[in-house]
Amino acid sequence: MKTPLALAIAAAALTVSAVHADEPRHGGTINTIIQPEPPGLVLGMIQNAPTRTVAGNIYEGLLRYTTDLEPMPQLATDWEVSEDGRTWTFHLRDDVTWHDGEPFTADDVVFSADVFHRELNPSARAVLQHIDSIEAIDDYTVEFTLDEPFGPFLISFEAGTFTMIPKHLYEGTDFRDNEHNNHPIGTGPFKFENWDRGTVIQLVRNDDYYEDDLPYLDGINWHIIPDGASRAVAYENGTVDVLPYGTVENFDIPRLSELDNTCMTEAGHEYFSPFAMLWMNNREGPTADKRFRQAVMYAMDREFARDVLWNGLGNVPLGAFGSNARFQNPDLDPYDHDPERARELLDEMGYDGEEVRLLPLPYGETWTRWAEAVQQNLREVGIEVRTEATDVGGWNQRLGDWDYDLAFTYLFQYGDPALGISRTYLSTNIERGSPWNNVEGYENERVDELFNEAATAFPDEEREALYHEVQEILQEDVPVGWLLELGFPTLYRCDVQDLVTSGVGVNDGFKDTWLDR
Amino acid sequence: MSFFARFAQNRGALFGLIILLGIIVMAILAPLVFPESPWRMVQRPFLPPMEVDGFLLGTDTMGRNVAAGLMHGAWVSLMIGLVSTLVALMIGVPLGAVAGYYGGLIDDGLMRFTEFFQTIPNFALAIVLVAIMQPSITSIVLAIAIVSWPPVARLVRAEFMSLRNREYVEAARLVGQSNATIIVRQILPNTLSPIIVLASLMVATAILLESALSFVGLGDPNVMSWGYMIGAARTVIRQAWWLSFFPGVAILLTVLALNLVGEGLDDALNPKLARERS
Repeated sequence: MKTPLALAIAAAALTVSAVHADEPRHGGTINTIIQPEPPGLVLGMIQNAPTRTVAGNIYEGLLRYTTDLEPMPQLATDWEVSEDGRTWTFHLRDDVTWHDGEPFTADDVVFSADVFHRELNPSARAVLQHIDSIEAIDDYTVEFTLDEPFGPFLISFEAGTFTMIPKHLYEGTDFRDNEHNNHPIGTGPFKFENWDRGTVIQLVRNDDYYEDDLPYLDGINWHIIPDGASRAVAYENGTVDVLPYGTVENFDIPRLSELDNTCMTEAGHEYFSPFAMLWMNNREGPTADKRFRQAVMYAMDREFARDVLWNGLGNVPLGAFGSNARFQNPDLDPYDHDPERARELLDEMGYDGEEVRLLPLPYGETWTRWAEAVQQNLREVGIEVRTEATDVGGWNQRLGDWDYDLAFTYLFQYGDPALGISRTYLSTNIERGSPWNNVEGYENERVDELFNEAATAFPDEEREALYHEVQEILQEDVPVGWLLELGFPTLYRCDVQDLVTSGVGVNDGFKDTWLDR
Repeated sequence: MSFFARFAQNRGALFGLIILLGIIVMAILAPLVFPESPWRMVQRPFLPPMEVDGFLLGTDTMGRNVAAGLMHGAWVSLMIGLVSTLVALMIGVPLGAVAGYYGGLIDDGLMRFTEFFQTIPNFALAIVLVAIMQPSITSIVLAIAIVSWPPVARLVRAEFMSLRNREYVEAARLVGQSNATIIVRQILPNTLSPIIVLASLMVATAILLESALSFVGLGDPNVMSWGYMIGAARTVIRQAWWLSFFPGVAILLTVLALNLVGEGLDDALNPKLARERS
């Protein structure tokens, strides 16, 4: 049985893109903000959120996803799966060109997945390890063969995770040192035009885009404004029309959202479900002791952080699985704010006051304040904390080198535990050099087994049982601190239409956006 | 006329001294009045001044007591100002003394070295140094010292050049005192008064520099300083004026007081000059 899904998907897509009485119009350049300035724009090589947000308009993946995480066609028009669930065939569009004019073919898909991402991309690895072979059947057909059926396979083709990289520019080069890294070439609706460091990143309309009429905008200017108050002013005085997640400080949001002609949405993050965590170095120092890590969980006042720093947005997680993650085990013992319990645990392990180093996430005031709050929470139970501030590059590097004791981060959950959650805890995912894999160095054979089994188990009831068990172990071991499931609002002028049209809308939404002016 | 009487003749200086003493008392009393850490979140955030008993200056974005921060910050600011000035003196005085005493090639060499530092804008150099060394109290003190020693070296050199041919120096030489003894025992004591005056002004500049560094986010994230308080409050200045206002006033008063005291010292140490001026 071969299932042509495309029709069903197209129908789903229609219900997603909001229907407006007005016809979309061409023209206009949109001004928005990116915060902080991304370290680079080559998706797949760099995984920081600001890179995804800008480069999601330059690069594309095979599929897009609705806000319910149903796949929509993008570079692949339709796809089918063999009866044993192991062979997936994707049919590609035959009218796609790279921004430099070269045609996009199945060879690019094979190169991106099999060579580029295998080498560089930790978030694609969760899927790649289940793929036996990737073959180009002809120029516009690709066949993936899996070692066994893999539940979340079809939701792993988002642009930021499985970015399509041009083979003709990267093959045989040192990827990290490729000259095109400064001038990214993708297939997306917008082309890279100019990056004035510290000031603005400019994208312009891709006139040869394969979807007729799209995009409607002539270009996007991503302004880089390091100061939070100035970013708010830039919106108020009309310099920018869209404030994506994280660009204004949370305490400014209520005030800005009451301005005239201002709309707010929390949509566009469904695929990612950003989850803030505290890395705890499981290898050495006090953080290597499970009781210390539990004490940290009891010491932190996470509700305070949500209510005061995040303006009440978001959700305090029970454990490793967020509330909107599949297969969450609701019966775990929660880590409530309990400084007394934290002190007991520290006494029990005989903590001797050894200093631990805390790295805040250098993404703005809210994160700095949050680190201060956690530092204070920990000091109150007797933990000696020294905060060490870095910039984004330094933060990436120190986490990649495991040179920290505690560090803030937030990770995406990618719709399925096998994609977004297991990668943080699998011991096979420990590798120096990336801040996005098993950075804490947690190793537990039983956890590895359960996660691996659950990824390919069938049906869902069986996956659920396995995931529930693994959550119990994680809850006891606390490999990392679970801080907050983040709620990220986007503020925009109400005449900016169709801003968020997919489950990764914050990154790929401008494709459909038009200005009703 | 006694030293203090000469000092007190300058009303401004007296006023400055009183403020300065007040701030020093604040710094000393901080751990007694607010024994808890100033980072502690104690009340609801954004509490305006004098709204709730015990929170005279209100609370900040996270419910920390502004008054506690201000008093603990006084200690940090004064300490950084003093220590970095001492370090700068330790670099600048010997360099200037050697250059001024020996003259010639040694002088040329040392002065070119000094000019190298003088040509780089102070604040820019301080930012680079702190960024490279990672923000911490030590790196901030060092950075401030490194950018502020050149004026000391130049001043001491000028003093030495004018004093090295005085009769008492010649006499010391005749007696057979070594160069080092002459520099330390004979000339240096006579250059002290301008150095003291300069140092009091340098403390003020150092406090300003530290505040500016903290303001741009390069402060030590582990200590509550006035610059940090203003830097953190800057984004909420429209919701909560008091968060940047009080530490701002504190910096203003401290720097003003130090400048006034410096002027008073100048008068007291150089009575002739003071008389000519008035």
